[in-house]
Amino acid sequence: MRITKIIVSFACAAAFAAGAARAQDAIRIGEINSYKAQAAFLEPYRKGMELAIEEVNAAGGVNGKKLDVITRDDNANPGDAVRAAEELVSREKVSFIAGGFLSNIGVALADFAKQKKMLYLASEPLTDKIVWQGGNRYTFRLRPSTYMQVSMLVPGAVQAKKKKWALVYPNYEYGQSAVATFKSQLQDKQGEVEFVSDQATPLGKIDAGPVAQAIADANPDAIFVVLFGADLAKFVREGETRGLFKDRFVVGLLTGEPEYLDPLKDEAPVGWWVTGYPWYAINTPEHKKFLDAYQAKYKDYPRLGSVVGYSTIMAAVAGLKKAGDLETEKLVAAFEGLEFGTPLGKVKFRPQDHQSTMGAYVGKTALKDGKGIMVDFHYVDGADVQPSDADIKKWRPQD
Amino acid sequence: MSLAALFVQLLNGLAGASTLFLIAAGLSLIFGVTRIVNFAHGSLFMLGSYIAYSLITRIGGTGLGYWAAVLLAAVCVATIGALIEILLLRRIYRAPELFQLLATFALTLIVQDVVLQLWGSENLVGPRAPGLKSAIFVFGRALPTYDLALILIGPLVLGLLWLLLTRTRWGVLIRAATQDRDMVAALGVNQAVLFTSVFALGAGLAGLGGALNLPREPANLGEDITAIGDAFVVVVVGGMGSIPGAFLAALLIAEIKALCIALGQVSFLGFAISFPQFTLVAEFVVMAIVLVLRPWGLLGKPQGSVRSIGQIEAPIVPAGRMLQMIGAAVLAALLVLPLVAGGESYSTVLAIDILVGVLFAVSLHFIMGPGGMHSFGHAAYFGLGAYGAALLFKDAGMPMELALVAAPIVGCLGALIFGWFCVRLSGVYLAMLTLAFAQIVWSIVFQWDELTGGSNGIIGVWPSPWLATKAAYFYLTLTLCVAGILLVRRILFAPFGYAMRAVRDSALRADAIGIGAVRVQWTGFVIAGAICGIAGGLFAFSKGSISPETISISRSVDGLVMVLLGGIGTLVGPIVGSVTFLILQDSVARQTEYWRALLGLVIIFLVLVFPQGIAGTIQSWSKRAWKPA
Repeated sequence: MRITKIIVSFACAAAFAAGAARAQDAIRIGEINSYKAQAAFLEPYRKGMELAIEEVNAAGGVNGKKLDVITRDDNANPGDAVRAAEELVSREKVSFIAGGFLSNIGVALADFAKQKKMLYLASEPLTDKIVWQGGNRYTFRLRPSTYMQVSMLVPGAVQAKKKKWALVYPNYEYGQSAVATFKSQLQDKQGEVEFVSDQATPLGKIDAGPVAQAIADANPDAIFVVLFGADLAKFVREGETRGLFKDRFVVGLLTGEPEYLDPLKDEAPVGWWVTGYPWYAINTPEHKKFLDAYQAKYKDYPRLGSVVGYSTIMAAVAGLKKAGDLETEKLVAAFEGLEFGTPLGKVKFRPQDHQSTMGAYVGKTALKDGKGIMVDFHYVDGADVQPSDADIKKWRPQD
Repeated sequence: MSLAALFVQLLNGLAGASTLFLIAAGLSLIFGVTRIVNFAHGSLFMLGSYIAYSLITRIGGTGLGYWAAVLLAAVCVATIGALIEILLLRRIYRAPELFQLLATFALTLIVQDVVLQLWGSENLVGPRAPGLKSAIFVFGRALPTYDLALILIGPLVLGLLWLLLTRTRWGVLIRAATQDRDMVAALGVNQAVLFTSVFALGAGLAGLGGALNLPREPANLGEDITAIGDAFVVVVVGGMGSIPGAFLAALLIAEIKALCIALGQVSFLGFAISFPQFTLVAEFVVMAIVLVLRPWGLLGKPQGSVRSIGQIEAPIVPAGRMLQMIGAAVLAALLVLPLVAGGESYSTVLAIDILVGVLFAVSLHFIMGPGGMHSFGHAAYFGLGAYGAALLFKDAGMPMELALVAAPIVGCLGALIFGWFCVRLSGVYLAMLTLAFAQIVWSIVFQWDELTGGSNGIIGVWPSPWLATKAAYFYLTLTLCVAGILLVRRILFAPFGYAMRAVRDSALRADAIGIGAVRVQWTGFVIAGAICGIAGGLFAFSKGSISPETISISRSVDGLVMVLLGGIGTLVGPIVGSVTFLILQDSVARQTEYWRALLGLVIIFLVLVFPQGIAGTIQSWSKRAWKPA
């Protein structure tokens, strides 16, 4: 399978080099991501995207033309990402660009889009800045932001009525802004709250043992965990061995996403209040359709990345259809307020800050058949977890 | 914090120290004997944990099976290490110093893709060790039994290595080779066997470290980078080639980190200090302090000189007629490039990136080649230039042109401060101190959200309207790049350049004829920092945004790769190397899913064909061809 893929990609490259063999009458979109550096999230993303492209083209394409998505690897490096964007624009003549996983690459591409007056559909970067302080009229972001995901968890945290909280988060913008949002909202809604431990850990290099003990020594009633990936796995194992989570309420940002929950297998934490994607128990027709198609094509279950990849194409297609034109200003006008279907339901790009209203599932983690799952979950619409329009107006530069 | 809590945190630190020691011990051995800066050490560590995962999930159900799997994983990695030494490294021992770094860098790229292909992208959480799954209580605090086991395993491995090195004939040879390997060879010891066995043992230790780390950290694709950073720091802090030193260094670093985490938020004279945040850069600060106070690490000794490594470098000579003509032709072709390919074409965009890369590599080569100071942290001056220009432009409202002029000044100031410390060291210690400073700069930029935008960086750094077209920016970059190269060339053929080369070749003799070695090297360092700053400033305005990535280790490594690929012994080397590397990266990345492995293979191919770098090897070919019969 992989060998064929390599051969096919070589063949494609050769064909391309031989003289632009790509269909002249196709609509081209450029897509840039850190495929190699963030493979755990982006492999499922790519699969979701490819499934959507296949479906769109099988149904006759967009505005009578085939959809052609050209992907580039940015090597997890904003400089390379901007260069890839230049290449996609000048050589491949794409109509707009999409993608981005790391936040620094997201804001770099957003600024490039603004400078070049080119539409950028940011599929994954989570940073709040991409739509607010660093927002611009050419950039639209699909995935619910850090602010939105934290806001989804706050009501449950308030309900738990815990006074003493510990915080553990990766030491960069994502972790810092998640914690800042959490602190201010909890203080607002609960009043009396004390933060007894604040552990900012280096990304990918958490010293889980000492961190778990330092938190235990602070004796909090509850813990807010913003870790993901290998850091999360290390922290969960140390915490469980040391009894850190016993009788403590834990809120985990992104912890319910299969990308981060599944590797933990039978050690997945139980009873954490998390955001995530319980693909096994979502019974809406639009999700069912997506799930069946995905499993039929890949013999594997979708991760959240798959949903984001699939929805990126859905958004692109809806925007292209509504604009009926490839001219950037018309595309921007079409994307503002654009409604489109995703496996998680209908969502909309908010005109005031270009953030989509895609939501996420919030629920409790549990163990079933030696695997971590989410139970008692509900879907939180992204439209319901936004700051006031006045705040947004204050933060977002006028354009 | 109570005393009991402190005590248990120190125990946690001990467990961490064992892990660090196991990562580093093998690297220290390999460097001590072979003088190879083995960049693939982290990859071997990662392979150890992936192989252990596969073995343990198959046979690790029982205690016996589990530990057999761990040892078997170490043996597998040792075998891989031996193969690497026999098939690859042995062919390039006579290449100029550091050249092996290039080959091992290529290996890291290949291992990344091989692991991704074989084990997939998902993190693999390994099972816990049988019998060591729970925790015991120490002063009412839970301490995992596996941590206790690690606390014992670290000193156990140290003891075994000590016995091996002091009580066996093989160990005597190793120690002798660490001190003076030419003498060992002269006494008739088979170097090939010695080197292979040392490399295998070092790799095996890395594999063991990876396997033992599995219950504490899932096998994941980021482990190689993390491990190699940690390993270098521990080895250098301990003293290159000193195994007890590595243990001491691991202990120091792990305990300092555990203490920072335990201290948490502390208010001091009205300032709130967050000690856990310090773990981001703790090891590099420790390394910088240790190297400034003890230039050979905690337990290291001054390095024995290596007499016969590679050929003696011929003095650089002005370009011959042929080369001058080629240079003029390339320049002419570049001058018409935007006209032929189109002002906004991708060729122009790529050319800007390449020219920036060339200037970066030339400035690094200036101190590495003629200066003899290997910098592993050259990205610091690139980043300082880029951030300096971007901040003056965005925050201070300076015009773009003026901000660009300020870029080399900022780079130069950084080099002035860091260079003062660095030039007092030599060899790998100097290299690692430059790396430490680069990491400290990186962490400040990364943390200082209000000023530098933290991890997201600064956006909106676009050039003035008259430079807004790619063609105009290209001509600006070309002008500055050519000017930079000519300046470097002029300096190298000036008395100062000769003085710098004299200090490189023999500091003692240079001193004797009245050349102030430290002052000359410091000046060289500052010049390189300034030129590198220009490259950083140009980079910032060509991309419109910058983030801490501009100061990252990987950019420093890219610089090393470019210089070594072209050849360290000639002035065109860094130019040829950077152009080759950047074009390769650009074209290969677009070709296939497994572009990293392909890039690695191409580099290995180039390493084997051009054992003195591309330009260096071509130069010696042409010399041979021109020699009268």
